[in-house]
Amino acid sequence: MKSISRIWSRLPLHLLIIGLALLWITPSLGLLASSLRPARDVLSSGWWTILERPFDLGQFTLENYAAVLNRSGMDRAFINSLIITIPSTILPITLASFAAYAFAWMDFPGRRALFIILVGLIVVPLQMTLIPILRLYNHLGLAGSFLGLWLAHTGYGLPFAIYLLRNFFGALPRDLFESAFLDGASHLTAFFRLALPLSVPALASMAIFQFLWVWNDLLIALVYLGGTPQVAPLTVRVSSLVSSLGQDWHLLTAAAFISMLLPLVIFFALQRYFVRGILAGSVKG
Amino acid sequence: MKLGSRWLPWLFIGPALFLVGGYLVYPTLNTIYLSFFEVPFGPRPEVFVWLENYEYAFTNNQMLIAFRNNLLWLVLFTLLTVSLGLILAVLLDRVRYEALAKSIIFLPMAISFVGAGVIWKFVYAFRPAGQPQIGLLNALLGLSSPQFQPEAWLIDKGTNNFALIAVGVWIWTGFCLVILSAAYKGIPRELLEAARVDGANEWQVFRKIIIPAMSSTIAVVATTMVINVLKIFDIVYVMTSGDFDTEVIANRMYKEMFLLRDFGQASAIAVILLLAIVPVMLVNIRRFQEQEATR
Repeated sequence: MKSISRIWSRLPLHLLIIGLALLWITPSLGLLASSLRPARDVLSSGWWTILERPFDLGQFTLENYAAVLNRSGMDRAFINSLIITIPSTILPITLASFAAYAFAWMDFPGRRALFIILVGLIVVPLQMTLIPILRLYNHLGLAGSFLGLWLAHTGYGLPFAIYLLRNFFGALPRDLFESAFLDGASHLTAFFRLALPLSVPALASMAIFQFLWVWNDLLIALVYLGGTPQVAPLTVRVSSLVSSLGQDWHLLTAAAFISMLLPLVIFFALQRYFVRGILAGSVKG
Repeated sequence: MKLGSRWLPWLFIGPALFLVGGYLVYPTLNTIYLSFFEVPFGPRPEVFVWLENYEYAFTNNQMLIAFRNNLLWLVLFTLLTVSLGLILAVLLDRVRYEALAKSIIFLPMAISFVGAGVIWKFVYAFRPAGQPQIGLLNALLGLSSPQFQPEAWLIDKGTNNFALIAVGVWIWTGFCLVILSAAYKGIPRELLEAARVDGANEWQVFRKIIIPAMSSTIAVVATTMVINVLKIFDIVYVMTSGDFDTEVIANRMYKEMFLLRDFGQASAIAVILLLAIVPVMLVNIRRFQEQEATR
């Protein structure tokens, strides 16, 4: 009988947790369900009516996806997002690895002061940088170009990436490096043969972070690309659809889901690294 | 000394420093400079106006509304994300489906604010009374009480800011949960058990042992949330574009920049945002120095 009374006493706990979990997941499920329903259904009844006959696959359709991909330029935007995000992930992590190694294992004047400045720069609001960079870009013809965006994301992402990787490199066993140097290894060898291979998990976390950050960014793309459809990434495209499509929820939900597809795949496949990166970035410091 | 060892460090950090200088340091200084000028659109020269842009920022009605909203965001968003994260961290530790529940709460972190904006705009969707409600919130409330009048959550000035803040909380609670949960699991179990054996009830254990043991992590999470909330832009931009008194500082700055083309005033607003963040920046630096000292 003990176990039954134990279940009863724990019932409120389970109800609270399950209730909160439902509250958290339901809005997203609603979006997915609506994106798969025909327009007339979406606009005449709530998405939850599919629960009345959940096994009737005839009530679902992919035509919303076909519509937004062709007519609303979501296909182009998806490719733009990839073009923007991949170099904007590789470039900062490469540069940050070199810098982080120097901060962790090399001796040079001003090392400490420079690193403290970097720690301070992590939280500078990007808003502080938009106007001077935009004016410079207009001058150089970089506004509306992918190159301008790659460099901007690199510059903005570097302080945090250097900070995270330097903490990781610095935590590697000192003996390892000292014996390598005694054996005549150069810094370049130690960097490529020791620091990088031993830091694959940290590099993976950092890459996921930066990828999601750039993929999900709206402000920087909006300001430096100016919303031209030829170069607009998914976030810019979807947010402009929100104002132009208004109440066409069947299309908006499909467009929004397309923009979330890749982050969701990454989330489910690599959640472990994602969580590890968050923990390394804010707790250990 | 190995050959080239004096120059090698600078080769390693040079490219990164160059970009950080170009994209963060120089523009920040330049924005502070511009905030004291009237910046005409086009090739005409800038005119020094001393504090005029700041005077505008602190007296203009739109700006005052933005300040009020940011304060509301700051208090509610920070309080809700951190306390929900903390409570969930403790409660989830007691159930066997912890990993699954955590993933569900954490999931919104992966998607964009734009995507989250669409998800919740749909939840808040409004149809006049008598028509079928396709927004979840109005439909649920209509189901619970027959007298309920459908509500335009994002237009009504009494509800819209709260509706937006709820979206922010939905996104960021998972972040707080993940960090606080790791800290909670770091508390030695014997400590909690000893208190329980001594007759402390769960609430006392929570207040007297768990919270003090986690205080430094709670502080880190709370400062992170404060930084996030001061920079909040996307949610408001997508869901209301700042209409109906929902504007926050970052959106106001964007409007000054692109709709009014007033770079001087936009710069002043950005500087105000920076000033609000400087205390957090100093705290971060001090925390870093303490950690270095104990390394």
